[in-house]
Formats: sequence, C-alpha cells, structure tokens
Amino acid sequence: MFTYFLRKLLYTIPVLWGVVTVVFILMAVVPGDPARIMMGQRGDPATLARIRADLGLDLPLHRQYTKFLGELLRGDLGTSYRSNEKVSVALSVRFGATLRLAFWAMVLASVLGVTAGIVSAVKQYSVFDYSAMFLAISGVSAPVFWVGLLLLLAFAYNLHWIPGVGYGDGQAIYLILPVLTLGVRPAALIARLTRSCMLEVLSQDYIRTARAKGLAEKIVVIKHALKNALIPVVTIIGTQVAELLSGAVLTETIFAWPGIGRLAVEALVARDFPMIRGTVIFMALIFLVTNLVVDLSYGFIDPRVRFE
Amino acid sequence: MTERTTPAASGGSLWFEAWLRFRRNRLAMIGLVMVITVILVAVLATWISPYDPLKQLIWTEGKAVRLASPSAKHWFGTDLYGRDILSRIIFGARISLQIGIFATLVSLVIGIPLGALAGYVGKWVDDLISWLVNVVFAFPFLLFVLAVVAVFKDPSLVVVYIAIGMVNWVSIARVVRAQFISLREREFVEAARALGMPSWRIIFVHILPNALAPVIVQATLGMGSIIMIEAGLAFLGFGAQPPTPSWGLMISEGQKYLGQGQWWWAIFPGLAIMYTVLAFNFLGDGLRDALDVRLKR
Repeated sequence: MFTYFLRKLLYTIPVLWGVVTVVFILMAVVPGDPARIMMGQRGDPATLARIRADLGLDLPLHRQYTKFLGELLRGDLGTSYRSNEKVSVALSVRFGATLRLAFWAMVLASVLGVTAGIVSAVKQYSVFDYSAMFLAISGVSAPVFWVGLLLLLAFAYNLHWIPGVGYGDGQAIYLILPVLTLGVRPAALIARLTRSCMLEVLSQDYIRTARAKGLAEKIVVIKHALKNALIPVVTIIGTQVAELLSGAVLTETIFAWPGIGRLAVEALVARDFPMIRGTVIFMALIFLVTNLVVDLSYGFIDPRVRFE
Repeated sequence: MTERTTPAASGGSLWFEAWLRFRRNRLAMIGLVMVITVILVAVLATWISPYDPLKQLIWTEGKAVRLASPSAKHWFGTDLYGRDILSRIIFGARISLQIGIFATLVSLVIGIPLGALAGYVGKWVDDLISWLVNVVFAFPFLLFVLAVVAVFKDPSLVVVYIAIGMVNWVSIARVVRAQFISLREREFVEAARALGMPSWRIIFVHILPNALAPVIVQATLGMGSIIMIEAGLAFLGFGAQPPTPSWGLMISEGQKYLGQGQWWWAIFPGLAIMYTVLAFNFLGDGLRDALDVRLKR
C-alpha cells in the first residue's frame, strides 16, 4: 500500500514538471514585451530596461527557466504585471471561493446523479427513466455558460427569487445558481454512469441469489448492488474535477464569482502572464492531487483492488 | 468486450454488419439525421437564410430594426444592430462545423502517429509519449486552450483550431495506443513481421485499418466537446471575433440584454449549440455500440 502510494506520487512529479515546462514554453514564445504591457505607452527606454532586468527578462532563456523553476520550488509564482500582487497570494485569496463553489456543485451532482441513476436502473424503461435520461443527455450537451444564463433569466430576472450575480457577503443565496450551473454537467454524467453500472450489476448471479433467498428488493438494491455499482462512479467523480475547473472558468465569469476561474480570465484579458502561468499551473496541480487521491481511494472502496 | 477475431478487410462485411447494427439503433439514427441537418444548414446557408447575417436591417421609415422580438418576419428576433438572429444562427453552423472538423483533423494528425508509435514500439518511446499525454491531460481543457490562444495577439479561427487540436489529440492518442498494444501481438502482425515487412508498413497498412473503429468513435464524440469549447472561447472573447456569426459570441453579446426582457439574442444560439452537440453525442454513442468498441472517458 505504502509503496504503491509512493510510486504513484513519484510518477506525479515528472508530470508536474512537464506541466510547468509546457506553461513556461508557452509564455516564453509570447510575442510582445511584458515590460511594455506593464507600462503601456508611458514607459521610457530606461524604465523599460529596468523592468526587464527586474523580471529577469534580460537573461538568456535557459537561465530564465532555471530561475523560474527555482522560484517555483520555493512556492513563488511571480508577481502580477497588472496589480503588482504576488500570484501565490492572489491564488490563495481566490481559491476559497472556487473551492466552495466546486465542493457544493460536486455534492449536488453526486446526490442528484446517483439517486437518478439508481431509480432509472431499477425502473428501467419507465417514464422516470426516459425523462431522467433525456435530461441527462441534454445536460451533457448544453454549454455551461448558457445553462447559467438560463437559470439567471428564470430565477433572477423573471421570478426575482435570487438577487442576481456576485458573491454577496458569502450568503448561501448567491451560491445557489452558480452551484446549479456548475453541477448540471457532472450530475448528468454521474446519472448516466450510475444507471449503466447498476443495470450491469443487477443482472449478475449474486443479485439473483439475493433475490431468490427472499431478501427485500430495497436491501438487494442498496446493500448488494449499489456498493459494486458505485466503484466506477467514484472514478468519474475524480476525473470530473478537471472538467469542473474548466466549468468554473465560465461559471465564475457569468456570476461574477471571485474565484480562480475568473482570476484566470481577468489575467488572460489583461495579458497578465505571471498570473496566467500561476492559475494554469495551480489548476493542473489540483487535478493531479485529486487523481492521486482517487487512485488511492480505490483500495478502500473496492477490496478486490490489490496494491502492488 | 468482444474482441474482433478477423482482421477487417477494408470495406468488408464487418463495416456492413456495423451499419446494420447502427440502423437498428433509434438514437443513433436520430443522431445521424441531426448531424446531417447541421451539415446541410451549414452548406446551404447562403440559400436558406432569410437575411444577410451581417446586414443591419432597415425596416420602415429608415429606422433600423433593433432588438425586435421574435415575429413572423424574424423568427428568432433581431439583435442590437438589427441583424436577423435566425440568419446568424444558420451561418454560425459554418463556424462551428469548420472549427470542429479542422480541430479534429489536427488532433488526428498528431494523435494517430504518436499513439501508434507508443503502442507499437513500447518501451521508452511509450513512456515518453504517455508522459506527454498525461501532462496535457492534467490541464483543464478550456483554460489551456485559452492560454494558447492568448499567446497570439489577434486570435483568428486558425489559431483556435490549432490550439484545440493541440489539446484534443491526447484522447485520440490514448485510443490508438491501446488498440496497437492489443493488436501488435496478433498472428497477422507476426506473419507480416516474419515476411520481413518494414515497421512503417505494418503500422500503417496492417494495424491502423484495424484500429480505426475506436478512433472514429472518439473523433465523433470529440466533435461535440470541440464545438462546446469553441463556444466557450468565443463567449469569453477569445474565439471568433465580431461581427462573425459564432454561436458562443452571440450568447456573449446577448447576455447583457437578458435582464432587460430581450432574451432571444442569447437563448436561441444556445439551443443551436445544444442541438449540434447532442447530434454528435448521439451519433458517437451509436457508432460505439455499432462498432462494438469500449472507451474510457
């Protein structure tokens, strides 16, 4: 178990290094002078040269790279061109809002998706099954930002149940629409997967045995079938994290939600490269860590998995 | 998964059998029809669209028709500039399909050779390519494409589909690699090797045609996500630029008017995106069942 964990962890390191390097290359080939971007039209040549030296841009590329890696190892992601804020500070300030949004979206998606999936499988080909699966496939096919706008149109502009966009002072009411928006897609995917896994499990012999020995259907479904059906579902919850982060970029933009997704878009609009670099690396890191955790959790959920 | 035991001769009965299975699948056929309608709309846009998508229309008394609600004259209403929204949606199909097709081509051009190499050669080549695939997978799709596009100062559509292809190839490469790993030990490959055929010939002539089914499925399903990503890019202002009739861009332009009662500008293009993505998802699922392939993700 421990060696398995160690091996997974060790494999994550070269991937992370690759991520960091790809981002560095991407930002290094950017046309245009960052010093110019910082100063706009105002900068005189001397100031521009000083800024370049401050940023280390006068160094040859390989020196810039080693400097970048060194700073990264110390947790230093550089300074925003736009606000002069430390990128790491900006990320830690904004991450809370994204985490709150993503966490509740995932809770909603899991509860809704698993429930709908079970009921659909147990009552296969019923009206509920057809409508749930129709909703699910629509949910997978609708663009996140459009779903968000629909919800805004219905609940904020027409019904006035929700005050509108923004973070408020963190009141739960502002959380509802962004969570729904972000949760739709994973909920739909989880519902479809739960349904198909449940159907597969329900057709197996041990379920027939359980039924044959006279167990109540409820116990067969919940105690015997669900446990095995949920294993692939847990996997998809893990892989959904990446999609959730992409979705957060759009959801946070629509709802003026002060998370890292919106931070990334603001940085992209302003061509604030250290901030872009920081948000991309940070999101990739979250993805890698989550997948590590998901990999490890298999052993706890599914005793058939052996760690070698 | 039922393994295919006979290597498919091109155009052989295997594809015909798949077509028979496909035809029996109602959702798959619906998907096929939906995809065909989108293609027809895109191809015939010039003839079927009621107005010029870029023209700012003049109605009576020389007054521009701004933000007119849906009516018999303008089924989906008009936007702030008096442009007919239905006509813009019809022409938008061209943008979405164009990006979808070219980004998919870029993905195939990168993904097939790399996946084939990784699967066929194995060893350190596989390690290296798999590492690259995992690196690209670690990025959130949309954000990475955004970062690539942002590198260029004025993003043209070419930049957009190259950027999307640079990310999307990994899912193709994964599928191809898995196919090659399972096929490279088969007898027909061994026979080809024993006959002294060069590796490139074995890869392209003998293994690749047998590995195509899952690639087709993956590429079809990928069309849906590419169209979605393009819409997201345009929505954020990094894809198609005004006055291009791109669906994502239209939603972004229309969202300001959503709260003022002019909902049609942002809502109808979203339906078009949903219809198209749904079409490719149905078609892809149908192809997967018909060709009997199992994919991760």
